[in-house]
Amino acid sequence: MSEAPALPRAQAAPIQARRSGRLARFEPVTLLWVALIAILLFLVAFPLGKLLVVSFETRGTGEFTLMNYVSAYGRSRYVDALVNSLRLGLTSATIAVVMAVPMAWAVSRTDMPFKGLTWAVVLGAFILPPYLSAVGWILLAGPNSGFINLFWRWATGADGALVNIYSFSGMALVIALNAFPLVFIFVKSALDLVSSEMEDAANILGAGTWTAMRKVSLPLVWPAIMAGFIIVFLEAIALFGTPAIIGIPARINVVTTQLWQFFEYPVRVEVAAAYAMPLLLITAGMIVVQKLMLARKGYVSQTGKGGERRPIKLGPWRWVAFGWCAAVGLMAVIAPLFVLLQASFAKAWGRGLAWDNLTLANYRLLIFEHDMAMTSIWNTIWFSATAATIAVLLALMVAYIVNRKLVPFGEALGFLAMAPFVIPGIVMAIGFYAAYASPPFALYGTAAIIILAFAARFLPIAYANSSSAIRAVHPEMEEAARILGSGRLHAIWMITAPLVRKSLLGGWLIVFIVASRELSAAIFLVGPRTRTMSVLLYDLSEAGNFEVLAAFGGLLLVVTMVFVGIGMKLVGRDFMLRRN
Amino acid sequence: MSRLQIQGLTKAYGPIRVVDSIDLTLQEGEFVSLLGPSGCGKTTTLRMIAGFVDPNEGSISLDGQVISAPGAVLPPEKRGMSMIFQSYAIWPNMTVAENVGFGLKLRKLPSDEIRKRVQEILEVVQMGHLAARYPAELSGGQQQRVALARAIVVKPAVLLLDEPLSNLDANLREEMRFEIRRLHDEFRITTVYVTHDQSEAMATSDRIAVMNAGRIEQVDAPHMLYTRPRTRFVAGFIGRTNLLPAQLRNGEIGFGGIAMQAGQVPGAEGAAGGEILVSVRPQSIGLHRAPPGGSSPVLEGVVAQRTFLGETWDYVVRAQGSELRLRATAPPLQIHYVGERVWMEFDPQQMAMVV
Repeated sequence: MSEAPALPRAQAAPIQARRSGRLARFEPVTLLWVALIAILLFLVAFPLGKLLVVSFETRGTGEFTLMNYVSAYGRSRYVDALVNSLRLGLTSATIAVVMAVPMAWAVSRTDMPFKGLTWAVVLGAFILPPYLSAVGWILLAGPNSGFINLFWRWATGADGALVNIYSFSGMALVIALNAFPLVFIFVKSALDLVSSEMEDAANILGAGTWTAMRKVSLPLVWPAIMAGFIIVFLEAIALFGTPAIIGIPARINVVTTQLWQFFEYPVRVEVAAAYAMPLLLITAGMIVVQKLMLARKGYVSQTGKGGERRPIKLGPWRWVAFGWCAAVGLMAVIAPLFVLLQASFAKAWGRGLAWDNLTLANYRLLIFEHDMAMTSIWNTIWFSATAATIAVLLALMVAYIVNRKLVPFGEALGFLAMAPFVIPGIVMAIGFYAAYASPPFALYGTAAIIILAFAARFLPIAYANSSSAIRAVHPEMEEAARILGSGRLHAIWMITAPLVRKSLLGGWLIVFIVASRELSAAIFLVGPRTRTMSVLLYDLSEAGNFEVLAAFGGLLLVVTMVFVGIGMKLVGRDFMLRRN
Repeated sequence: MSRLQIQGLTKAYGPIRVVDSIDLTLQEGEFVSLLGPSGCGKTTTLRMIAGFVDPNEGSISLDGQVISAPGAVLPPEKRGMSMIFQSYAIWPNMTVAENVGFGLKLRKLPSDEIRKRVQEILEVVQMGHLAARYPAELSGGQQQRVALARAIVVKPAVLLLDEPLSNLDANLREEMRFEIRRLHDEFRITTVYVTHDQSEAMATSDRIAVMNAGRIEQVDAPHMLYTRPRTRFVAGFIGRTNLLPAQLRNGEIGFGGIAMQAGQVPGAEGAAGGEILVSVRPQSIGLHRAPPGGSSPVLEGVVAQRTFLGETWDYVVRAQGSELRLRATAPPLQIHYVGERVWMEFDPQQMAMVV
């Protein structure tokens, strides 16, 4: 007792003196709320509203008209493109589900060997931009000089081609090979929640491993499979790169490439806007369907409780499972990447691996001589970094206000921040073009319009990330600081900020990475001096010089890998594949 | 001198008054618990005292100065209080010493002084050897001690505790209960303690305010709440009881065919006549195999049900000639069988009339 600090009164004095100060509390947070609403309206609602308005306006006069819709759907070619898009979405999504579900099951539930390799393949496919895998597959399966066909003719002496990438099925396969990780992540995280006891219960009643999987495990994760299917479907119908690189030479027209044609001189924004409406409606509708599906919790045992989980012993079949994963990995990542790298170091890619075919000239050309290559790399990095910073800061403020319930109707902010999730990138880009390209904003060809479009487009990723980060910090953490004498901002700075720093960094990096490879939004908004790597890569693909194209793809991958590496080091190995 | 004064304090969310016009005064150095079932408004009351929640009506004064009133609320950081949270809210990004020193640093004390005081208070809560640890490396009980040290070291005007023990296991809970009381005896900090656990409130508090549905039902010393409950809710919430409908007529209280002087039953003096409610504790009822002598009121009955609870037998006795079923406890060796005839002996002194 005598050792205890002598307590009463002395220290309480300075705090008590302050007590006589201002009693009424003015919360600057209300002002911030108004500012955030304004920014979100500017970024999300205005471009979308403008898109809608423009689609009903006569160019120049601004009079109400339905002619844009007539022009957009008056020709069978344009309607065919929409049908093609839907078919492409369904085909790609089906292939992706067929590829990914066995992989997810094998990784989650069985003793399949080398699961780490499967993870690497999934991550690789996730990182590889769609247009690069399209280029890789042109080198592999072009009808005349693709390596697979060369090998086929050499091995069989046949004349024709075994496979032709310039076809509908080729395009669907390439998209699926790039998008299957989405299904994998959905299904694996659902399977991770299915307890072994579910399967045991089937086994004890006489079902074998195969029957138990077919009748119990897979039906339990059926909503996750459907959710993955829908996501791939939506990715496929909104994708520009692959259909442009493979579909245009193959004369297969889809919605996104058709939209691009409306933007060729003379630009017909109003027709493009009208033409984009079904894409917007389908996407928004499907996302709602998917949400409803995942919300049926009674169907899936998503409690995460219910006993231990043991891997199923597959015996020799585990090599079959591994073979499947390896085959998908080979097609999705290893083969396209290998031929791309080969081509990037080759004088002529068709001559294959040979000492006298090796050269650094492609890289030298891009790095030292090409007038746009280095500029586009720099553009990509600073556009993406700025957009990621804007998106994360905005998302963080919104997430904080919504989660801490600082203002009434805060959910309106959260809704606006999540809204771009249901807007295909290409539609958003057209909205930005319609809203901000011409005077009074006159942002066409500026860095600002690209940065703002990126920030808006990836705001939902940043918001989901920030929101879960904020939720993880118990409000009492801040209250404990406040009652000890720290103001709201000081408490946020001292307590909350350090606690969410790491996950925010993860969110920033994910936005940066997806923004740095974004093509479908960028292509509509870039000017001559604001080309990004993805757009330049598309330009190069039109020029048809595959060696230089491959080398530029190599540079793009290096840039991406550097940031993925930083993320893995600072945030954790699986930071890109976590499901928020 | 009264330190904390709450007058007519009300908090309503829409039409629901979660805290409904409560009054409470704490003397300097007093330890008062807010006790009640979940949803009774006790935590909201505490958070209004802390300044996290604005009242709709009424006021809170500290040392005679109003710190909370509708539209004029002094922010928490200017109240010179400290608080212990249900989740402990130990900051995981700081060491134990940094956590405890946080409030002192805000008070701009020299760093030597901070280090000295942190070390002293950590010794008091027996955490001196763990000053350099991070919270993730501590057990629940240790985190609790850090939270205590962090709250006490700033010498708060009022210490607030929000169900601080509800996340601990039973043994630790009992230990920490005495620890909290020991620290209070040592430092004499005016304390408001929120809990739903009556034994916790009894072990720690000078007085307990029993809350129900946003109102304070009774404020009293722990033993008074038990022996002199004034409302039906308090009688039922603090300990177990038999609530018996009775008649008060001509200075006599009667139920089940027996009667006693109203003057002998606490709470009944000066009450108006008519239908009333009497609380009879199970352990105040004596069970006998034969009619006991003496002048105490006795009721004959039959054992309807029995449960052995280790420390006591718990009997349910059906009184003869009425619908009354009474719970009575007896020591382990006093065994009655179901169906056996028994005589219940009542002690009017241990009853209470409640409203």
